Amino acid sequence: MIGVAHYLTLAGLLFTLSVAGIFLNRKNVIILLMCIELMLLAVNFNFITLSRFLGDPAGQVFVFFILTVAAAESAIGLAILVVLFRSRRSINVEELDSMKG
Amino acid sequence: MEAVIFYVFGAALIAAGVGVVTSRNPVHSAMFLVLAFVTSAFLWMLLEAEFLAIVLVLVYVGAVMVLFLFVVMMLDVKIEQARAGFTRYAPLGIAVVLIIVAQLGYVVWARTQEMSFLQAPPRADAGFSNTELLGSQLYTDYAYPFELAAVILLVAIVAAIALTMRKRPGLKVQDVAKQVQVRREDRVRLVSMDAEKGE
Repeated sequence: MIGVAHYLTLAGLLFTLSVAGIFLNRKNVIILLMCIELMLLAVNFNFITLSRFLGDPAGQVFVFFILTVAAAESAIGLAILVVLFRSRRSINVEELDSMKG
Repeated sequence: MEAVIFYVFGAALIAAGVGVVTSRNPVHSAMFLVLAFVTSAFLWMLLEAEFLAIVLVLVYVGAVMVLFLFVVMMLDVKIEQARAGFTRYAPLGIAVVLIIVAQLGYVVWARTQEMSFLQAPPRADAGFSNTELLGSQLYTDYAYPFELAAVILLVAIVAAIALTMRKRPGLKVQDVAKQVQVRREDRVRLVSMDAEKGE
């Protein structure tokens, strides 16, 4: 029988996988953004699991808002990335040090 | 049956996550992310969150991932250069991941005994509408946050357009205000001349 622990473990694995992705791909900003999306997906998974097992729809409402904010965040993040690429011709994180003090 | 679906889609979700993290080409990463979103939409249906599952497919696969692919293909990233530090940071990444896995595993394992009261509630009957439930919550208890979410989306639209809009020098455009403001005196000059006789 699939219980709450199964779903929480799956979401935890997904979250750690995306943390690993941020460490492994620290050069490429696009993949960093994708890993952040994956993290938000794992968190949403927890919300929906506990919403079902506690019988409380508030968790699903939270997921709705997280999806909204995540969509806004990725739109603005990609816009910043496009502007950055236009001015620097690179999205390599290590070359983005012009604000270094 | 539920266990089979859970394990099949759970394995696909984890495999898609591994694909996002490790693939060499950002386009492949985006495709794996699409797979991850679709499989989690199936798992959310298993958890009876049908509305959010559909929203995940429509908004994420349909809009956000298309935006990602668009940006990935617009910026031609040199893959080798972007992959340079992949193995250098691997030990640190693996160490951090092992710590997080241990912590999360401990929390889930330790709380499972206490969570034994969290048995899955019986499946809702066929006439039950998850969308109706969510809507009745959103438009009553969460009406104010709902409007704030709409404002956040509006701000995101304005910010994304304002960031990426640029004026190219030397581009020929119409100035509608000037066109509308033009008066006859600026353009037409009436000259009175004597009639000339032909030779």
